[in-house]
Amino acid sequence: MQNGDQHYSMEDETYTDIDGKAISLECQSHSGFCREFTVSSAKVSIGRVMAYTCAVWLSAYIIFFVTENTAVLSSAIIITLVGMMVRIHFVKVDHETLLIIGSLGVQVSSSYASGRESTDFIEMGKIKDIVINEAIHMQTVIYYLCILLKDPSDPEAVSSVVPLFQSSKPRLNCLVKVYKSCQEILAKC
Amino acid sequence: MVLKIFFPQCCNKADSGLLVGRWIPGQNSAVVLAVIHYPFIPGQVKQYIHQMRGQSGVDLTVLGSWSMPKEGQEGMESFLRDLSTIFPQGQWLQLSREMGKIGFRCHVLTRDPNGKLIQQEKELKEDGGGEKGGKGGEGKKGGTKRGGGENKVEGEEGGGEKDKVIFIHYEQRKVMLSQLHPIENGVPDPQTESQLPQVFGTVCQSEPLFFLDKYDDGPVKMTHWQSEGREGSIIVELMKQASTPVCLLTTWILTLWTSLCSSRILNVRPMRFISSKLSTCVQLSYRTEHLQTVCSPTRATAHNHFMRKANIFVSFFVDVSLGLLLVSWMYRENRIGKLADTLVPAADYVAKELEELLQWLMGAPAGLKMNRALDQVLGRFFLYHIHLWISYIHLMSPFVEMILWYVGLSACLGLTFALSLLSDITALLTFHIYCFYVYGARLYCMTVYGLSSLWRLFRGKKWNVLRQRVDSCSYDLDQLFIGTLLFTILLFLLPTTALYYLVFTLLRLVVVMFQGVLHLSVDFINSFPLFAMGLRLFRSYRLAEGVKFRVLCEEPGTPLHLMMDINPLKVSSVVQTYRTPTYSCYPKDSWLALCKKLFLGELIYPWKHKTTKID
Repeated sequence: MQNGDQHYSMEDETYTDIDGKAISLECQSHSGFCREFTVSSAKVSIGRVMAYTCAVWLSAYIIFFVTENTAVLSSAIIITLVGMMVRIHFVKVDHETLLIIGSLGVQVSSSYASGRESTDFIEMGKIKDIVINEAIHMQTVIYYLCILLKDPSDPEAVSSVVPLFQSSKPRLNCLVKVYKSCQEILAKC
Repeated sequence: MVLKIFFPQCCNKADSGLLVGRWIPGQNSAVVLAVIHYPFIPGQVKQYIHQMRGQSGVDLTVLGSWSMPKEGQEGMESFLRDLSTIFPQGQWLQLSREMGKIGFRCHVLTRDPNGKLIQQEKELKEDGGGEKGGKGGEGKKGGTKRGGGENKVEGEEGGGEKDKVIFIHYEQRKVMLSQLHPIENGVPDPQTESQLPQVFGTVCQSEPLFFLDKYDDGPVKMTHWQSEGREGSIIVELMKQASTPVCLLTTWILTLWTSLCSSRILNVRPMRFISSKLSTCVQLSYRTEHLQTVCSPTRATAHNHFMRKANIFVSFFVDVSLGLLLVSWMYRENRIGKLADTLVPAADYVAKELEELLQWLMGAPAGLKMNRALDQVLGRFFLYHIHLWISYIHLMSPFVEMILWYVGLSACLGLTFALSLLSDITALLTFHIYCFYVYGARLYCMTVYGLSSLWRLFRGKKWNVLRQRVDSCSYDLDQLFIGTLLFTILLFLLPTTALYYLVFTLLRLVVVMFQGVLHLSVDFINSFPLFAMGLRLFRSYRLAEGVKFRVLCEEPGTPLHLMMDINPLKVSSVVQTYRTPTYSCYPKDSWLALCKKLFLGELIYPWKHKTTKID
């Protein structure tokens, strides 16, 4: 950490996501009009990985014991490896970042467990506002932060909605913090 | 609004001089394209910029001055300020950088409408809440890390406007070569166009500006991405020289070929019908069109045209090389002769299997009891048909090898031709199955229609053709009697015809599936954009979906520095955007409609061959 860094990582409140798992929020202020928010989900748990692997291989051994076919074992190994690779490269999100630069735009990026990053940049001219919306999901009401995009033909209408932090799904207290910061910057520029 | 300066990475270590670039209207941004070094004559600089403006079509101006004093050089503050009088601008940027420090600094001088210079004083503030700690670049580019901080420029007491500056570093060569997607067709309105396409467009169109390198003896000395020496490749230049005569020759050959194809002899009705059914002929006409596109002597100007030409050329090349490989493999050790030798026995085998199937149907198939007389009639009819077919095949058998040998040579034209040929050979060899299917389907269809109509009569109703609905009708007694008789006959004959229909439809579907797979693979080879895929994999910056920003590590007291990287297009978007349009074979009916047709006995043509191209 550099001196005088505007870097909030240890908070008094602990944040959780809508399922109750612990997440962490990190805010960095690079400049008066440029801020970065990172929401990190829980990492891949080694216990769960081992449990799944053992379950799959045990069942494969049992089937092999019954059928005496070695293809079962090799297919179990291949399935486990491929499944793990697919999960950490395409499914498991490690952290999601929101970088807001006043009068330039907003950059949303997700970083997966294998290190792959997928980024999207939205120009300020297309952004109407950043708001917290409610949604009804099964039997619960959840809140999510989203960016409203302008319709090119009608400046007053909203053409589409880009939801943020879709994998980490933080709760309202976390969203409010991010929302307030973003609104400060949007108001300035 | 914050002032955004797009600064090329190649000019980070450039000597002091003038900044040349473009102001983007309405966005309060400036794109720096090059730095003109001292010593220069202002008149020559103005002339050069005017010339470049005409050549490139970009609104180039002198944006300001750049100062990076070397050791021993004095600061040129007053000299730089005086320069702004020589090049009158609305806003004059004074960028400076000190050796050993990584941050840039920026003064902005504005002129009020009278032309008088208002100097805005710069104040470096190091707030407690000052901007620090960029997320360091993860060494992706290994770029130098620069300081960043807020640069507050305060105006006079009355104004109080806080101008802020962001430096956005970009790699000039990559931005110049890249193409932003989605591609706008037509000329966009410069007022409403968003910032990034304008930046990309400016750099791309300023190509003439980058032709002058440091070895040229010109009036101005510049630094830009090509100033170390112009890039070129001997192979590309040689190919450019060779391409024109080759293109002209190929175009001439193609015009000959198309005129031959459209001549009167070959355009008789039966020939046209046959050639539209044979997929080889269709593929041939298709490839001719492709070649005409590629070999047209005019240069492709728009990005789309260029990509299409390149894709067609590369896929044609790959197709032909795969075809040649296949031909060389098949003709070695006379494999083609062996293949021809197995064709007639294969046809024999198929015929024998069909005969056995018919014998089975004529007996008690699957334990069902058929109507004996109808069964025998249909069975004998089909058996005779097979006998005729086998005789024709045996008649042709001495010529098969020779025909196959010569026709197989046409696979040199490409793998797609080999596959279409295979599909055509299958169609010809299984023609009797197609005939059986048509007979069975027609018979079944007639039975079903007759049954439904007589069933209505049985209930005392009639189909009203005018109103397209079922109405009640009073029949005479003899009508009812005959109708009921016929209904009973047809009803008891239905299982036999239905069984024959079922068996032959299944056989036909098997053949259709096989042909469908071949057509799909031909279509895939035709339409897959190999060149665009190659670009995406090896030069991913050329196809850009957007940009991504990275905050560069900052020094306190300098403005915010960002690094702009190119976000490459997703692989699925590449395929979708650059697919060559083809005559796609898509199923004409949905599954439900297909089942309905099968049930009613209507003839099905599951693969719709579009004559017009679809995208």
